[in-house]
Amino acid sequence: MSSDVSPSPPRSEELVHDAVIRLAGNSQDGIQSIGGFLARLAGRSAQEVMTYMTIPATISGGPSIFQVRMGSGEVLSAGDEADVLVAFYQHSYENHIDQLKDGGILLYDSDHVEPKEEDKKYLKVGVSIAALTVEALGGSAREKGKNLFTLGLLARIFRLDVEKLRGIFKDRFGGKSEDILRNANLAFDSGYSFPIDNVLDRYYSFQAPDESGPPQVTMDGNTAITLGLLTGGVRYGSGYPITPWSTIMEMLRAQLPKYGGLFVQAEDELAAVSIAIGFAYSGRLAITGSSGPGISLKQEALGWATMAEIPLVVINVQRGGPSTGLPTNVEQSDLLQAIYGSHGDCPRVVLAAQNVKDCFYTALEACKIAREYSVPVFVLSDMALASRIEAFDEPDLEALTVEPTLDLEDRPEGYKPYDLKRMTRHAPPGTWIEGGKFPQVTGLEHDETGHPSGNPEMHVKMMSKRRDKIKKLADSFPPSKIFGDQEGETLVVGWGSTWGPIRETVIRERSNGKAMGHLQIRHVNPLPNDLEAIFKRYENVVVVEMNDEGLYGYGQLATLLRAQTCNPAIRSLTKTDGLTFKIREIMKGVQEQTEQA
Amino acid sequence: MSAPSAPKKIERGTITKKGIAADHPTWCPGCGDFAVLAAFFKTLEKLQFPQEKIVTLAGIGCSSRFPYFVNTHGGHFIHGRSLPFATGVSLGRDDLHVFVFGGDGDGFSIGGNHLDHAGRKNIRLTYVIMDNFVYGLTKMQTSPTSPQGFKSKTDPMGAIDRPTNPMRKLLSSGATFVGRTHATQIKHMMAMYERAINHDGFSVVECLSECVEFYKGAFDAAIPRKGGAFEVIDEEEHDVTNMASALALAEEEWPGKFGVYYQKKEPTKNELEQANIEKARIKSKGASDLDLLKATFAAMK
Repeated sequence: MSSDVSPSPPRSEELVHDAVIRLAGNSQDGIQSIGGFLARLAGRSAQEVMTYMTIPATISGGPSIFQVRMGSGEVLSAGDEADVLVAFYQHSYENHIDQLKDGGILLYDSDHVEPKEEDKKYLKVGVSIAALTVEALGGSAREKGKNLFTLGLLARIFRLDVEKLRGIFKDRFGGKSEDILRNANLAFDSGYSFPIDNVLDRYYSFQAPDESGPPQVTMDGNTAITLGLLTGGVRYGSGYPITPWSTIMEMLRAQLPKYGGLFVQAEDELAAVSIAIGFAYSGRLAITGSSGPGISLKQEALGWATMAEIPLVVINVQRGGPSTGLPTNVEQSDLLQAIYGSHGDCPRVVLAAQNVKDCFYTALEACKIAREYSVPVFVLSDMALASRIEAFDEPDLEALTVEPTLDLEDRPEGYKPYDLKRMTRHAPPGTWIEGGKFPQVTGLEHDETGHPSGNPEMHVKMMSKRRDKIKKLADSFPPSKIFGDQEGETLVVGWGSTWGPIRETVIRERSNGKAMGHLQIRHVNPLPNDLEAIFKRYENVVVVEMNDEGLYGYGQLATLLRAQTCNPAIRSLTKTDGLTFKIREIMKGVQEQTEQA
Repeated sequence: MSAPSAPKKIERGTITKKGIAADHPTWCPGCGDFAVLAAFFKTLEKLQFPQEKIVTLAGIGCSSRFPYFVNTHGGHFIHGRSLPFATGVSLGRDDLHVFVFGGDGDGFSIGGNHLDHAGRKNIRLTYVIMDNFVYGLTKMQTSPTSPQGFKSKTDPMGAIDRPTNPMRKLLSSGATFVGRTHATQIKHMMAMYERAINHDGFSVVECLSECVEFYKGAFDAAIPRKGGAFEVIDEEEHDVTNMASALALAEEEWPGKFGVYYQKKEPTKNELEQANIEKARIKSKGASDLDLLKATFAAMK
């Protein structure tokens, strides 16, 4: 920044509804923490927030971004384009400048970045971020702290609540040495007091949020799943590390002992699912989880759980496949694996979480269904939900918390674990059976007592028992909720984390005068019973999902919906670039699909 | 599979031979596994655990049909994964007596990795490997313990791969009790089972159990009435807590010795996890589940 700019205050203060800040650097620059602080601040200010990040699949280093969108209204996606781009390096500038809005602010480290002279579309603000941080911290050789210096700059530009930010630093660093908290504040202050006013033509200021609601909590999707499981009564689990599932098992390993439970790190995925099934057989609600490759390894044992009618919660944090694929990118290509991945006819339940808040409620619901229907229940999340941070209303824990019980009450004489007339309720080991005939739990086809049976008629009956209870679950679903137009031109259908971008698309298109509805399917197996009737009310049904169009031109959910409803109006919008949908991609894709119809 | 036997009422409190037997086994006449089952029944009669607290688990194979023949809570799991399944049962319910039965294919081949980790973790359970040196259920393929030269349907010219040395494998797994016995020696089997059961930790016994259909005479060298020698370990000379000496025994020539190769008290994972739980409970001052959750959410505000 040149020093001859007169120190005049910015000309105006612009009131904004929301703002998108993209931080681009390398993975060790601590840009995730800036994002985390901003998200937490938004949560404490009753603002909506959504973050988006990419991390390299390499072990250390490599380009990385963290994007925060925060604002006063409903924030539905992490934003297509940024209002502010913070670039720490030349590559950060070059790779991300296209994502900056015309008229946006390019904030860059002037010792590392040289923006193109001729580029006049943005306001360029160069600050020697790294050098000034080192100076502020008294000449540390490393640049640690430049993230907080940058946060100070952003706090000035957006007039953020400095006191609240300091409170967040204290929560984060207070437990560590005093030096760390002091250095954090020094770096932040140095950034905040930097005379950035000299070059800005305006400040941004957020519209005052509505603070009347319940307090907000801020977390990422994997944390929300973990807390949903704890609230739902899961006390036992087993897993094996794999990105992006690992943080769930790390949290459970740390949390469960406080609740009297435990989480076992297994030697492999086969052992992980088997240990979890062992917990479940012993009468404990248990979970296992993984990402796509690990889920494939678990499939044989999951088939056993369906056959033996064992309650189990299975988390799949999806990533790009097939095989090792794109381990740190997002994809929704495990839907069919979740529903059909085991051998044989193997009905089970699959739920898909649509945002961070829903990760919590979906995990909670999975626990309830597993228990009530004595069946494995999949929760599908994905890489984007796993790491992105959102703020949401604190759940009513008093009402939701399930304290697990172990039912070892004596069972009457003639107790049958696989009674054809009743829902299976296993008597865990330790239960006395009157008359003293103990049950077997098995993966062989069996009769009502659990004895192996090769009788063809019994196989048909038991097959229906396992199928019909899943159909019964579908009967219990509330009517599907459609956002926007309840009939008319186009219904956009999605599942999982596409919820936000689809919703934002539909809001925009409706304001453009189109008759459009949005249905996000949370229960993907079994599907709700009312879809056939709903689809008939629209000229076009476009299913948006992040997977491949396959051999026949339809994504995975679209294929299922066409099979379920035989409705030729169902079309498919898919993509596999490893990135979340942008609003303009959905607008364009839906437009193209409906024109073809 | 034969039809379930007519229900017979048994009273709570005493384990009887009649009350502990379930279906008649489906094994071939003359199978060594009958004797393993009989010795197990007798051992349970002697130990008199509450019957509902006994759980019998297995994977896949002839010997893995075991749970159907024992009248206790039972689980018949998938091939090779009986140990992790049993690990969940043992860690989930420390009040149970957990038994796992299986064969050489289940234990040393498809489930080989799990053996190493159940051993390393020292899970509180008793595992009996009924080793017949052949795949019987699938009708005579080479098993991981089939000796070189053994002609099977998958090795018509004779097996060429070196067999697993069961004792060496079990010792190096970290199992804290390793014993070896023979299905023709009922008293020795019972002594091994009883010592294994009374051992607090991961106890495993390899029992040579002849497959009369597909590998007749496999273990004659250890059967005195067939001219062999059943040589028992002299514990005056062999220190069971000495791993080097146990490994030396494992290297002895076929048919080797029978008895306890190794036994050492080490903390079980069951104990260590319980200690973690107690530590965490003290730290959180025994807060209720709801209070714990509230505190966690408060930190997210």
